[in-house]
Amino acid sequence: MLLISLLVFFIGGVLSLLFSRSGRIASIVGAGSAFVASIIGLFPALHSLFSGVSQQLRYPWSMPCGSLSFELDPLSALFLTPLLILTALASVFGAEYLRSWSLKKSLGAPWFFFNMLAFSMIAILLARNAMLFIISWELMTILSFLLVTFEHEKKSVRTAGWIYLVAAHVGVLFIFVVFIMLGMKNGSMDFDKFALPPGSIAAASLIFVFSIIGFGSKAGFVPLHVWLPEAHPAAPSHVSAIMSGIMIKMGIYGILRVFIYLGPPHEWWGWLLIGVGALSAVTGVLFALAQHDLKRLLAYSTVENAGIIMIGMGTGVLGVALKSPLMAAAGFAGALLHVINHSLFKGLLFLCAGSVLHGTGTVEIDKLGGLHKRMPWTSFAFLTGSVSICGLPPFNGFISEFLIYFGAFYSISSMNGAHVFSSSAVIISLALAGGLALACFTKAFGMIFSGEPRSGDNSRFHESSPSMLLPMLALSSLCLIAAFTAPLTVSAFKYMLPQLTGMTFSTSAKALDIIIKPLWHVCFISAGFFLWLFALWLLRKLMPRSEVVEKTVTWDCGYCRPNGRMQYSSSSFAQPLTRFFNFFLRIRTLFKGPRGIFPKDSHYMTETPDIFEKGFFAPIFARIHDFLVLLHRFQNGRVQMYIMYIAAMLLILLIWKLS
Amino acid sequence: MNWYILINIILPFVLAPFLFGVINRTKAFFAGRRGQPLLQLYYDLFKLFRKGSVYSVTTTWIFRIAPFAVFSSIVCVILIMPCGALVSPIGFRGDILLFIYFLAMARFFTVAAALDTGSSFEGMGASREVQFAALTEPAFILCMAALACETHSFSLSTIFSRLSFASWSGEGAVLLLVAVSLMIVLLAENSRVPVDDPNTHLELTMIHEVMVLDYSGPDLGFILYGAALKLWIIGSLVVGVALPVNTGNFFLDRFIFLGGMVLLAVIIGIIESVMARFRFLKIPQVLILASALSILALILQVRF
Repeated sequence: MLLISLLVFFIGGVLSLLFSRSGRIASIVGAGSAFVASIIGLFPALHSLFSGVSQQLRYPWSMPCGSLSFELDPLSALFLTPLLILTALASVFGAEYLRSWSLKKSLGAPWFFFNMLAFSMIAILLARNAMLFIISWELMTILSFLLVTFEHEKKSVRTAGWIYLVAAHVGVLFIFVVFIMLGMKNGSMDFDKFALPPGSIAAASLIFVFSIIGFGSKAGFVPLHVWLPEAHPAAPSHVSAIMSGIMIKMGIYGILRVFIYLGPPHEWWGWLLIGVGALSAVTGVLFALAQHDLKRLLAYSTVENAGIIMIGMGTGVLGVALKSPLMAAAGFAGALLHVINHSLFKGLLFLCAGSVLHGTGTVEIDKLGGLHKRMPWTSFAFLTGSVSICGLPPFNGFISEFLIYFGAFYSISSMNGAHVFSSSAVIISLALAGGLALACFTKAFGMIFSGEPRSGDNSRFHESSPSMLLPMLALSSLCLIAAFTAPLTVSAFKYMLPQLTGMTFSTSAKALDIIIKPLWHVCFISAGFFLWLFALWLLRKLMPRSEVVEKTVTWDCGYCRPNGRMQYSSSSFAQPLTRFFNFFLRIRTLFKGPRGIFPKDSHYMTETPDIFEKGFFAPIFARIHDFLVLLHRFQNGRVQMYIMYIAAMLLILLIWKLS
Repeated sequence: MNWYILINIILPFVLAPFLFGVINRTKAFFAGRRGQPLLQLYYDLFKLFRKGSVYSVTTTWIFRIAPFAVFSSIVCVILIMPCGALVSPIGFRGDILLFIYFLAMARFFTVAAALDTGSSFEGMGASREVQFAALTEPAFILCMAALACETHSFSLSTIFSRLSFASWSGEGAVLLLVAVSLMIVLLAENSRVPVDDPNTHLELTMIHEVMVLDYSGPDLGFILYGAALKLWIIGSLVVGVALPVNTGNFFLDRFIFLGGMVLLAVIIGIIESVMARFRFLKIPQVLILASALSILALILQVRF
């Protein structure tokens, strides 16, 4: 089944390339095949996820180091499910979204890249051979690079694509090392022959750290996240949704997959994961809060959520190291569930951003406002996405954070020891990130959709067409459905936990049973929330004077001519928090106040450059550049010189051969 | 489920507005006034529920649904909240988190509704609210973590039924730190002095009051009632830590619990009478102090 799905992705991609003459046909073929292929693939993925069945395929391969082997196991299926769901919905969205470019650009190539991107990501998840894995990984990187640079006529987009490509390849370097070290003992690159020489603790730790760096650069961990806030805003929105929702999860998948082969973990691995995760979560959301561009904001919030997943994994690893099945199960279950949840709500939010961009032509938060009245459905979808991403009940974001908290609270309450500190770190960072996320997303929602328009006339702003709205509303409802089906999903984790934690099947199933019980309670009370909401609404209708007495302007303190620009802006809303954290954020302010009796112009501008990019990577790359400039002397473009190099080389070879 | 668990739900709904009366009476006593009747908030609510509402033309359905969303969240919290040592109707491991996150849900909608009016004043209040909340939330969860460590449980009902005066004599320092920290959380979450002054009538200096400036009629009623319930909810945690009576006599325990709640209201009234509101720049320091105290409470319990 999955092979058929892959085939449809491939054929659809090639066909859309062939039809690239006509943007319309290319879109229909490209998006249609992506949709159909995803739906076909969803059946085996869900089947494997919920029944724990693995399927294997193995062919001999002319390449050295192993065979062409694929496997669909529950862990792959877990990542495959959101991939296929999001690809299906994003393709429907994208077909309409890209139409405005159909006159200017050929759409065949983007659809070919889109389909092949899905194809390569599925191949990564199924690959059970390191060569195959790395080839698919490279394919994914290059295809997403080509999609990011869709609007390559803009300079900022080209820069973004360039940063992305460099960051990705630095990461791949470490992934190579990881696989070589794992495959060395048996001389095979097949995953099932991976093994470490017994007693090689240092090697396992080194591989673990390298896998965090290598895969972490894709997953967006601080400080390797610098490409995210550049690449996501540059890409077309449905591609950002895929990249942020799914592609960064490939990094998480890579870490988990490598972790399986490393044997029993050390305690400090968990501490490391929690530390990096906490740093990513808090830093990510702080930078998100300081952004003025919606898509950059969402990109930084992806860093935050990658951090939360990492914290969950850290709790899980620590649980394994401390031999506490309950803590291990809760941590890993939280991390894995957050993988699914994040892809749903982040995909949704990026599609909403696309819809805003489509309808208004900008994603500058301070230029928007009052959009709710022009785009009610986009607004509704964004609201559900915001509530979910803030981790608020009754939506899905809460459930996964709940599980991670559960692991931390369990370790604090039941097992006294040094790990009280790490668990407190988990709790503090999750709570702080949660509180800041609430600030960040009330700002994003409130400033874009509520109030009055900030740039005067908004009559030309329009709601998106149903084919863009339907995928968004589908994702909104999936956010809610995922919350209420979470106990079922979590109970399916019993098939992959033994692999990850080294526990027996019955231990992990028992641990999950304990965790699921409170989840049912959470679902029950969450359902109650909607019941009370409905009951109160009814009560309100029954009150003596339920009609609206009067409609008037907002209370303006007696000021008679308020206008839209006098509203609180996104920067003023975030200012107390960003000022408080300014020692870290280093916000740059450009301010020119009014001067003289007849002041002419005055302006105030703030921007938040990424300190890791400006303070860490930029100097390093500048040094490398300086060094490489020295080589200019050899590469100077004169043909004579090149001929001389060749002659000299041949001469050296000749002498070497003769002697 | 025993029938007397229903008292958990009935008590807050009936008595929560009374706490406001006690606070106001205490403040009046210190100011040398006679003060409002103890039941003033009941009269206010009764009046508001009979009125109609005025809406701003800027607002949308978010503004209309927010009071209900806030109130529903609070009802959900009440369902999992123990009343002193009396277990809650629905208790499970980790209900602490649902408790705190439903309060955050209420905050989300209050803020969203405030921004929905497009008013600068309300934007200002909302901005302060999210700032202080982001710092209060870690303190709140850490308090609960310290209690979880103390009682070896992380379900609210179990935590509070395992606390007793014996735990005060054994781990008094821990409980004292948690109680002080929870008290700061209570003042911040309920917008009381020294974090916010509910009595000022200058929009620029308020937090919670300014966010609900545009509400009127029954909507305002729901918001005031919700605020009173929230004070009761967090107050009952403070009382549960500070006065952990568990004599086994049902009526005596409840009586002491209610006495504790009234005492808490008097203390809040005294704090409001003898202190001025802090400058907004100072408040984060107070909130971080609360986190620091609860971390200290955790560290005191670590056994290597």
